[in-house]
Amino acid sequence: MFAVEAHNLVKRYKSVQALNSLNFTIDKGEMYGFIGPDGAGKTSLFRILTSLLIPDEGSATVLGYDVVKDYREIRKISGYMPGRFSLYPDLSVEENLQFFASVFKTSIEENYHMVKDIYSHIEPFKKRRAGKLSGGMKQKLALSCALIHKPEILFLDEPTTGVDPVSRQEFWEMLARLKKEGLSIVVSTPYMDEASLCARIAMMYKGDILAEDSPEAIQQMISGKLWSVSGARTYDILRYLRTFNTCFNIYPFGQNVHFQVSGDAEAVFQQIKNEFQNIQIVEIQASVEDVFLHLSARTEEEKEVLNG
Amino acid sequence: MKQFLGFFRKELIHIIRDVRSLLILLLIPFLMMLIFGYAINMDLKNAGIAVMDLSGDDMTHEITDKLLSSGYFELQDVITDPGRAEELFKAGKVKEILVFEQDFARKFHSEGIAKVQILTDASDPNNANMLVNYTNGIIANYLLQQQVSQFLPLQVQSSFRYNENLESVYMFVPGLIALLVMLISTMMTSISITREKESGTMEAILVSPLKPWQIVLGKVAPYAFIALSNLAVILLMGTFVFGVPYRGSIALLLGLCVLFILMALSLGILISTISSNQLMAMMISMVGLLLPTILLSGYIFPIDNMPVWLQTISSAFPARYFITALKAVMLKGLRFMYIWKEILVIFGMMMFFLIVSIKKFKIRLD
Amino acid sequence: MDRERIIIVKNLVKKFGDFTANDNLNFEVYKGEIFGFLGANGAGKTTAMKILCGLSKPTSGEVDIAGFDIYRDTDKIRHIIGYMSQRFSLYEDLTVYENIRFFAGIYGIRGKEFRAKAEKLIAKLNMEDVAKTLVASIPLGWKQKLAFSIAMFHEPPIVFLDEPTSGVDPRTRRQFWEMIYQAAESGVTVFITTHYMDEAEYCDRVSIMDQGRIAALDTPKMLKENAGAKNMNDVFLKLVRPQKAEL
Repeated sequence: MFAVEAHNLVKRYKSVQALNSLNFTIDKGEMYGFIGPDGAGKTSLFRILTSLLIPDEGSATVLGYDVVKDYREIRKISGYMPGRFSLYPDLSVEENLQFFASVFKTSIEENYHMVKDIYSHIEPFKKRRAGKLSGGMKQKLALSCALIHKPEILFLDEPTTGVDPVSRQEFWEMLARLKKEGLSIVVSTPYMDEASLCARIAMMYKGDILAEDSPEAIQQMISGKLWSVSGARTYDILRYLRTFNTCFNIYPFGQNVHFQVSGDAEAVFQQIKNEFQNIQIVEIQASVEDVFLHLSARTEEEKEVLNG
Repeated sequence: MKQFLGFFRKELIHIIRDVRSLLILLLIPFLMMLIFGYAINMDLKNAGIAVMDLSGDDMTHEITDKLLSSGYFELQDVITDPGRAEELFKAGKVKEILVFEQDFARKFHSEGIAKVQILTDASDPNNANMLVNYTNGIIANYLLQQQVSQFLPLQVQSSFRYNENLESVYMFVPGLIALLVMLISTMMTSISITREKESGTMEAILVSPLKPWQIVLGKVAPYAFIALSNLAVILLMGTFVFGVPYRGSIALLLGLCVLFILMALSLGILISTISSNQLMAMMISMVGLLLPTILLSGYIFPIDNMPVWLQTISSAFPARYFITALKAVMLKGLRFMYIWKEILVIFGMMMFFLIVSIKKFKIRLD
Repeated sequence: MDRERIIIVKNLVKKFGDFTANDNLNFEVYKGEIFGFLGANGAGKTTAMKILCGLSKPTSGEVDIAGFDIYRDTDKIRHIIGYMSQRFSLYEDLTVYENIRFFAGIYGIRGKEFRAKAEKLIAKLNMEDVAKTLVASIPLGWKQKLAFSIAMFHEPPIVFLDEPTSGVDPRTRRQFWEMIYQAAESGVTVFITTHYMDEAEYCDRVSIMDQGRIAALDTPKMLKENAGAKNMNDVFLKLVRPQKAEL
């Protein structure tokens, strides 16, 4: 049995197609990531999987339960952390946790072992109102609230958005420990660099899954060599590279520009080096973000062709 | 049960932590009672009048004395020139002018007909109407006393039952209860539910095994308490400060109020299920309910004076039945037998709102 | 350095009750520079930016924007800055053209001058087909470009961008950065906040904010070299983690 199984999931809002016939499976005990920007359909998907939305077409199961028919069972066995940490700002840290424990017919004491690792970070502030916590602390409290009823599967919708890198790192470390205890974890994020922390990822863009595999395999999806040039003003290099019709997939990456060359690469490099001084050009391994850029660009081009 | 208690506890904390709103909710009944009881007084008291007595005999003096000793009128001016009347009205000091014709007493005794003219400032028509009625009443009374010995084919005797002094505070107590119960039960409940939708916490609650009735009841219960406490304040202030009599059975009175509170809470839940945010919930409660409650329930304007189509509309608002029934119990001391129809209507409305809202209460987000 | 300084901040402090949002900030921004404020939500980025725009008064400290004092010359400062907030501050129920006209009107750009400029802008954005479309129904990336162009419509020498790329996909983000590069090239000073660590590397200089303080300020290259880190995320971890460990 899969932790999650989805067949041709479709969700529409009026004129907008939020999900275009998604198919995927997530193994039990796996850490699976949906990676993509706002509007990719991540939140709609998570809401369908947690039984909060009904898909317009297709079906999905969570640990064997149908997300429409068996919503009561799904709500018992899954822990869900919605996009905006849904905490009550006027309740204290402890009161929030107590509340979520009580609605699942349990208590903090009974399941303390589930949240100890995470809750112990914020326990010193348990009398503080949740509204006055820092982003990282809110995130930990929200995770504790999602875990307090001993779920078998966790759905975390953008748990790290807007949180500082230190808390983000701590958060991923906590997830890794939870995974070791056998929990299936489904997580979404807009940060491409977080992909490597998942066993498998699905790259989402405008309601489609562009690619689905392990982060390592996804990085191999770029055909041909990828080059990175640095040394001058990014914008100048960018414009210069665009003057070559043999250069394509030209994207700035901070102070570097990544690009591909069809045909004689060395000739192009020589011209770049003549134009700018102190330039370094190296071949690089594509990152998940590179792949995302290439695949999403291709989708847009296909759409333009379709629209004439 | 444990789930429900946990939910209830959380709701109580929300209400208690929001000290400002809580204070407002608890103080509103005091303030409203004071405002309606003292400031907005629809009774006639010391209305300024002027007299133009062209006769100046015993009879006109006696009538004038009667009017002034009634407490409703206060003599501002005595005039002889009809042109002054206009000036006085314009200055706003005088609301009514009494004109006795020449040889008033003589004509009355010899011809049986004497004329007195009443001029009123009708820029406030309700008030003008009342002045004329009061004046007529007092003159009629005087004539009765004059003619006890004489033969009269028809005698009109008027008496104001159930509110002998025409105290408007009697009227306001039932209306105020209706208004505040609607305000607190309906508006606050609908706002408190929609707030969770807006803040995103509804998502977390919905994915829990909580059942709709547990969520709804947990939301409603604390506001039921506040509404009850307000009810107590209004009723107690009514008797002890304004001397409103409770002539009927107290149990029936309380039962009626509790039923109305439950109806209002159900309505609040219904509003919350159809509105997606707090603003919308508030607009529906305010514009859709509070205003009609004030305007159409017979609280300010008598229903019988409304055109038929407005009367029909007013029958859709629960407050109308509540106010009718409450007045009947409070002021007339009527028993259940006489108000069962109203009670049935309110109960029916409550059940309707409750069933629709539990049916409509979404276990999902869309 | 002999470069012209356009923003000078000295000992800036902003407190909300007993909470210190900005704890003694000191920095300078040069003309034509892309200056980044990097930090998590709640680190004090937006608070500092609001003060620089004259939207909020500091508790203490001095701020000089192009020679104007933040306490006295708020009105003058408003005319020489452009501001784009996190939510893009466009009216969703107005059309693209109406949004441009409204914001231009605020800065007194009307009549012939407005029509000429608006036409040019719409052509530059390739939005001819959607000029009469409600902003609510155009894609997020377009809204973002439109919001930026509107912030730049009155040709301010300084533009403040508060998390302008939040939630936007990597391609659109890059297109947006190109607009920023263009602006900087024409001499506009760009002050930008972001919580994407990698995005800081597009800036000329970056100040890393943590809990109301500036933890480091330098070029991305120097920040990485000094911390011995391979990317900005590592820089942040190395700078901030030791302090957190004390908690």
